[in-house]
Amino acid sequence: MSDPKIDGFELKPGFRGMASDTGSDQTMFKGVHWGKAMMWIFLLSDTFVFSCFLIAYMKGRGSTPVEWPNPSEVFALEAFGVPVPLLLIALMTFVLITSSGTMALAVKYGYEKNRKMCGWLVLATAVGGLTFVGMQAYEWSKLIHEGVRPWENPFGAAQFGSFFFMITGFHGTHVSIGVIFLFIYAYKVFAGHYENGGKRGWFTTMKGDYVEIEILGLYWHFVDLVWVFIFAFFYLW
Amino acid sequence: MDDTNQINEKDKKPVESTHKIGIYLWIWGLLFVLSFFSYMVDWYQFQGMLRWSLILFFMFAKAGLIMAFFMHLFWERYALVNVLLWPMTAIACFVFLMAAEFEYTLFSRMFYFFVGGGA
Repeated sequence: MSDPKIDGFELKPGFRGMASDTGSDQTMFKGVHWGKAMMWIFLLSDTFVFSCFLIAYMKGRGSTPVEWPNPSEVFALEAFGVPVPLLLIALMTFVLITSSGTMALAVKYGYEKNRKMCGWLVLATAVGGLTFVGMQAYEWSKLIHEGVRPWENPFGAAQFGSFFFMITGFHGTHVSIGVIFLFIYAYKVFAGHYENGGKRGWFTTMKGDYVEIEILGLYWHFVDLVWVFIFAFFYLW
Repeated sequence: MDDTNQINEKDKKPVESTHKIGIYLWIWGLLFVLSFFSYMVDWYQFQGMLRWSLILFFMFAKAGLIMAFFMHLFWERYALVNVLLWPMTAIACFVFLMAAEFEYTLFSRMFYFFVGGGA
């Protein structure tokens, strides 16, 4: 499934197969759907963007002599009258991992041409993503009410706000875009655009295929992957 | 045509269309468990090297599981895996460069705050 076999393009496993894939006078990634290869290249470039943000954050936090705000206090949430550290962030992580799991299953059922299961799982993923964005909006508005700004905050080093809004904002934008596409593709799966040889897509003469769900899944898992790093470096460190 | 790198007709196995659902559920469960543990690092307020090494361990474990199984890199051809993973070494270099840079910035800030720049 992840490596569709097209006649004449079977590769030997390991580096021998890699040599014949890259070293021939044809195209690279033989037999891989072009959309999948391009999504991986896009995700690689996106990795560099997020790395630059996180490295800038490391540099900013490391070079200030002022005390950095304690994230487990800043992001604490009252539950039954008791402040629980990082409660909202833990819930956001839970929701995002849940949606990542439903997406992985959606890809699996897509390749099994199980239209109903695939559609419901993509829809569940979209709802999970929407919940995440909603929680993030709540988190932002709470911090803004407490006086956190990109240039100042009541908790400590002034750089905290600018890194927080930049990094979580860029990640939240990715999630929002993903949610929009998840809803569109849930519709496309339910409407049967990938059934019986596939229906023609937008602005293209090419027919749709369930590989599109895997490509969408790659993007969604990447969003989850970035959150793993943000959770570790911004909220826990 | 030299076909030594191509698999012979008789070696072809019937294409396995999908992976078993169990592998996804296992990875899913492991991600929850690892996330829970990394939350516990904060809950019990571990500090210093213990905190940082635990955070990094759980982070890389989760990232590895997501990339290997949810993003299928474990089953992917080497050409794609290598194209994706080697550029990460550039990021690692950048991290070390900037780590050296912030140490120096912090040092010079402290130096001029407390010692002063005047002769």
